[in-house]
Amino acid sequence: MANKRPKADVVVVGLGWSGSLMAEELTRAGLNVVAIDRGPWIDTSTHTPPAVDPDELRWGQRKELLAPPRDNTVTFRNRADQVAAPLRDYGIYEMGRGVGGAGFHWAGMAWRFSPWDFQVRSKTIERYGRAKAEDGDMQLQDWGVTYDELEPFYDQWERIAGISGQASNIKGKITPGGNVFEGPRSRDYPTPKLKTLRMMELFNTATTNMGLHPFTIPVANISQPYTNPLGVTMGACTYCGFCLAYGCGNFSKSSPQACIFPVLVRRPNFKVITKSCVTKVNKAADGKTVTGVTFVDEHGREWEQPADIVCLTAFQVDNVRILLNSQIGKTFDPQTGEGTIGRNFSFQTVSGTDMWFEDEQINPFIGTGGLGSQIDDYNGDNFDHSKLDFIGGAGILTLSRDGAPIGKANNLPPGTPRWGSGFKKGYAKYYRNYGTIFNQGCSMPTKKATLDLDPTYRDKFGVPLLRLTYDYAQSDRNMAKFTMDRAVEIAREMGAAHVSGFNFADKSFSTAVIASDHVIGGAVMGDDPATSAVNSWLQSWDAHNLFVVGASAFPNNAGYNPTGTVGALAIRTAQAIHQTYVHNPAPLA
Amino acid sequence: MKRREILSSLGAAVAAVPAAKLLANEMEGFPHDMALDQAFVPVPAATGAPQVLTREIDRRTVSAVFDRLIPGDELGPSATDAGCVDFLDSQLAGTFGQGASLYRAGPKAVGEDALMQKPQFIATPRERYETGLRALEAYAQRTHKASFADLKPDQQDAILHGMETGTIELAPEVNTPAFFELMLANVREGYFADPMYGGNKNMVGWKMIGFPGARYDYRLYADRTGEDLGLEPVSLIPKA
Repeated sequence: MANKRPKADVVVVGLGWSGSLMAEELTRAGLNVVAIDRGPWIDTSTHTPPAVDPDELRWGQRKELLAPPRDNTVTFRNRADQVAAPLRDYGIYEMGRGVGGAGFHWAGMAWRFSPWDFQVRSKTIERYGRAKAEDGDMQLQDWGVTYDELEPFYDQWERIAGISGQASNIKGKITPGGNVFEGPRSRDYPTPKLKTLRMMELFNTATTNMGLHPFTIPVANISQPYTNPLGVTMGACTYCGFCLAYGCGNFSKSSPQACIFPVLVRRPNFKVITKSCVTKVNKAADGKTVTGVTFVDEHGREWEQPADIVCLTAFQVDNVRILLNSQIGKTFDPQTGEGTIGRNFSFQTVSGTDMWFEDEQINPFIGTGGLGSQIDDYNGDNFDHSKLDFIGGAGILTLSRDGAPIGKANNLPPGTPRWGSGFKKGYAKYYRNYGTIFNQGCSMPTKKATLDLDPTYRDKFGVPLLRLTYDYAQSDRNMAKFTMDRAVEIAREMGAAHVSGFNFADKSFSTAVIASDHVIGGAVMGDDPATSAVNSWLQSWDAHNLFVVGASAFPNNAGYNPTGTVGALAIRTAQAIHQTYVHNPAPLA
Repeated sequence: MKRREILSSLGAAVAAVPAAKLLANEMEGFPHDMALDQAFVPVPAATGAPQVLTREIDRRTVSAVFDRLIPGDELGPSATDAGCVDFLDSQLAGTFGQGASLYRAGPKAVGEDALMQKPQFIATPRERYETGLRALEAYAQRTHKASFADLKPDQQDAILHGMETGTIELAPEVNTPAFFELMLANVREGYFADPMYGGNKNMVGWKMIGFPGARYDYRLYADRTGEDLGLEPVSLIPKA
């Protein structure tokens, strides 16, 4: 029999970006919020100050800020006729180990999706005809929200996070200096773009010569001191390069800790319960609502947290797994196409090139998590696909991220020995001469992809693991090949002596091969309850006081990092809850 | 902001919760203890007697392997001289060696490695070293009638190359290429990790490639693109 806690207005499951943004909005509106997080309390100054942070072995290699697979992993297979196996070591799932979730250790690329990404199906039909969108493989559907509708919430998220960048499209007026392909913005970024480092100089010169349109990636590694609308102050990034998989001791990388907690945690109507894992959402007898959640504390005791409103704000896979284990909604069946929970998993289709110069001084150790230059000339629908065998594209970018020497030791020109004196000679030379062009490609959902519960493997609480069945869409494979060829052309134009293209999508997908850590879908948003788990307010079609928030709601993935869109959707949902839902608890129109 | 502040304090009044016993990990208000969490203070490698590589022959074998993977030459000292074996012993004694982060529940599925495109193990790294080093020594005895550590460098290289490419199987219970990769990964870690973990003595690995180490502020240098900045490396914890 579970111990029962006092009822809350809202329980928030997982205190990452989504949970923190929602809790901030909801507590400010006067609601009483309890957040439950699987991990311990961690913060910047008390856990990853500058004397602890620059340690590649501990954070970059051993990944001690990530949730270990031991506690919660996912099983995987490419096809339904295979037996799924659990991912045993770290792979593509990079959940956070503590509060703040992945928002504590993320790199910091802070994108908006393009207007096209929200309406892939209708826009593809409109421009290229129905056959292009319905190729028998892809399962495209619009989001039920447009870029223009989401714009004010992107703006609010960027203000809270202090994002550094340069706009090129303010209210439709295009000026050079930023991304000329971006959707219209209501105003510029809150802080200016970061410095242009050596690899970016080479990329910018080459792509400009080629008639392309390079710009500095907008980032959450902020360029100057900044006080956000909550009154929280951040410091300027120092380009130390210890960002992705690391904390930040400078208050320069936007995170729930750096941007929200100082205000949120002081509010008397907010509580957080740490080291406690939510195992299910409890359904009400009426079949139309939920009553709260069940969780297990660090001593293994089971608790019930009743609440009027439940917000699942955990990592994508955890949101879907909790829904399945709670038997909320109907599991997607790829044979019939019916059911919505577990539908439209997508990833990130990655190709690109490694490149080596002969006599450069890249100084790779000067950098920051999200920093780099990108072209969007081959992203989204920014180019004509009528003669191409795919839709979508990739952000083609080069990085000035970090110089971590263990992680870079494999980055040697083809033919260079991996060990012995030849390795030392090669690494001594090419450490300062290495660069990469990374194509962060879109990922289109397929009819065959599913997330359901594994019949064999369980977690430490005895709860079934999530099972992923997935392989790349053929359209994405074709896109990755096309953009790889573009990356190779750019690398040659940059003057690289050795150019070695790569394409993760020329093989089968695997969760153990870390092409990206952006996992998407499974509880997707939309206007049609037959094809979406939540409506465009991220409100469950099956229980109107349940909101499922995060990248689990994306019906497809864009050629950009997901965090900005996660943030915008979370704020939009929280405002819908306190402005509308609490006054009339019912399905939102 | 003002209106929002009013909303917030109003909310606080409305939201008074009945007093209930707090859970152990229930937090209200900002934590008062702002000292560095003890669990996050880095723990340097233990010095003194080996903790895991306690058998002389295992230490001799892994030292010989490490010194072929990263030999001493004009670019810097060998792996063992840089402390990589001490590093390994310390790593195997800790959470890495215990496989503490791994999902180790069975069964190991048939075809699991092929599906993952990467070998996976239920065995811990510590167990894999124990099995692998003994199989390597037995292989040397079987093929050369001598300890691996006593073979000539080119003989050692030939065996290592065979392990790397999978043309040699040390023993049926050892995934030989994967064991080679484990050793290669660990010796590189030892050579390039912060010296506090036992390897990279005097930051020799960092000096070899020009990595300035645990520096935390490059704002003064960031505009000097393309220049050799000649920065000396620094480590996290000063020499004892």
